[in-house]
Formats: sequence, structure tokens, C-alpha cells
Amino acid sequence: MAGTAVRGRLTWQVATVAGLTRETPSVCTIELEPPDWAGHRAGQHLDVRLTAEDGYRAERSYSIASAPGERLSITVERLDDGEVSPYLTDELQVGDELELRGPIGGYFVWEPGDGSPLMLLAGGSGVVPLRCILRERVRTGSDVPARLLYSARTLPDVIYRGELGQHHDGVEVSYTLTRDHPPGWTGHTGRINADLLADTAWPAAANPVAYVCGPTSFVETAAAALVGLGYPPERVKTERFGATGGP
Amino acid sequence: MEPLDGNAIGGLLIDVFGAEMTGVVGTCGYCGDTGPVAGLVVYRQAPGTVARCRVCGNIVMVFVKVRGTTCVDLMGMASLGQPGAA
Repeated sequence: MAGTAVRGRLTWQVATVAGLTRETPSVCTIELEPPDWAGHRAGQHLDVRLTAEDGYRAERSYSIASAPGERLSITVERLDDGEVSPYLTDELQVGDELELRGPIGGYFVWEPGDGSPLMLLAGGSGVVPLRCILRERVRTGSDVPARLLYSARTLPDVIYRGELGQHHDGVEVSYTLTRDHPPGWTGHTGRINADLLADTAWPAAANPVAYVCGPTSFVETAAAALVGLGYPPERVKTERFGATGGP
Repeated sequence: MEPLDGNAIGGLLIDVFGAEMTGVVGTCGYCGDTGPVAGLVVYRQAPGTVARCRVCGNIVMVFVKVRGTTCVDLMGMASLGQPGAA
């Protein structure tokens, strides 16, 4: 029966696509209007389900990009051999319907009441839940100091670049470009490693909490380096996505 | 296909357990490693979902959906904490 979802159960629902924003040539933010959304916590994700005409279904998880209280949105990177993401980034139109369920996740979640300095490490589209955390920090008036280190292939691959450049008041954003960098680039270059984190991460003595999101190899390297710097493993929250898309 | 981690099966785990489980701490029945479900190595290819211990690589959870019923094998888990206690 409509509207009688059992508490503690996730129900698939049909949301309307309310807006599309091209972030980079391969990345798109999709604003969604689900009929029933109880709100989410910063860092959570949702599941999207596509059903083909023959009944074949493909399901993927995508991190929520919007802060709680804002219009729900996800940011999706196209994977050229993907079953779901090319449709979402290239074919979806405003007004289309999309089947989803959520919010999901209780581990990779930031609560605004947490006073610990935030160390955010993003690999590629792993920046999406971290952007949500930074927006939630602003929205709730939190004054915890935050650092974001964002690893991208090239500068044009950086998602939310304009928005991230506007963060002030206790937020430091730095980039490392792994493949190519523009002439005169003064940021970091190369893949994330222990030396780079020793220079950029909060010292463990500041009792920071870290959120690391990206491809598996990025997360493994970054998380191990933070633990090597003295971060307790339980203070390093990780979320890995493979070649199948988010979260 | 590169594996995901336990965060990616948060929705599936709510289907099975009726509660958010990614922050729940489990113990591997093979090597004794303990950690949140979110840290498991997860393969989601059909016909089922397999979660392996990140330390020893053994299979700790299997979920297979057969005609609308999800079959669950947790034989590789020595313990799994209470939802909400994480």
C-alpha cells in the first residue's frame, strides 16, 4: 500500500528528475524529487535501480551530494563500460522518473555535533560525499576546522571546483593532480602518499576524524598513511568504489 | 571487476536485517579480525553478493536472491554486533 512503508525497511520509490548540472564532461549532478524522503545524514548514499524493457534490472549506489535540508541530489561519473552511469549522465532528462531507495549508511556519516577537526581525502568522484559533509558544515554553522585534499587526474576533472574555491572560514582545500597539470600549477602533483599526507593532514595530536573516499587503491594508500601518522584506525572512515560506480 | 566495500551493500543489509548494519562490528570466523561491516571487500556480480574479510580474504557473507527470497550465509562470521550499537 502506498505510504505505509514499514519502519526500518527501505522502499523503492519513483523520484522525478528536477534538475541536471554538468560538472565536468563525464560528471553530472542530478537533482531529484522523491515523493517520500525523510531526510538524510551527511555522507549517506542511495540506491538507484534501472529496469530494462525485458525486465533486466541493474542497481547501483550513489553518494548523496546535497546537504540534509537541501533538494536531494546525486553526482554521477560516467563509466564508459558501465550499465547504469552512461544513462544517468548522458540520457536522463529533466522530468524523467528514476527509481531509488534511501537514505542508506550509518558508518560513513558525519554528525555536525562532532567537534573533531575534519580531514577529508577524495579520490576522483569520491569527493561527492565529502562535498555533502562540507555543505552540511556550512549549513549547520559548525566551526570545526576542515581540510580537504582532493586527488584528480587533471584540473578539468575536478568536480565542484568553483564551489570548493568559495569555502573560507576554517576550510582549506588543496589538490593533487596525478596525470597532467597546467603550466604554473603550484598545487601538489602525483598520487597521494605518506609524504604528502604528512605535509597536509592534521597532526594526530589534534584528534582529527578522517573521511576517505575514492577508488580502492586510493583509499587503501591514504588510510594506511593516516594510520602511519598516528590516526587511530577507528578514526579513519573509508568508502571504496570500484569500476562499477559509486558510492 | 574491482570490488566495492561494505558501504555499498547498506541497502541489501537493511533488506535482510531490517536495520542499518554498515557501522556494526563483525568478527571474521577465519582470522579473528574485527571491524565494521563497511570495511568488508564486496563483490556484487550476479548471481549473488559475496563479502570477504579484508585481512585474510575468506568469505564471511553470501547473499543470493532466489525467486524473490534472499538466501543468507553468514557461516564465515564468528560474530556480528547488534544494529544500533555501533
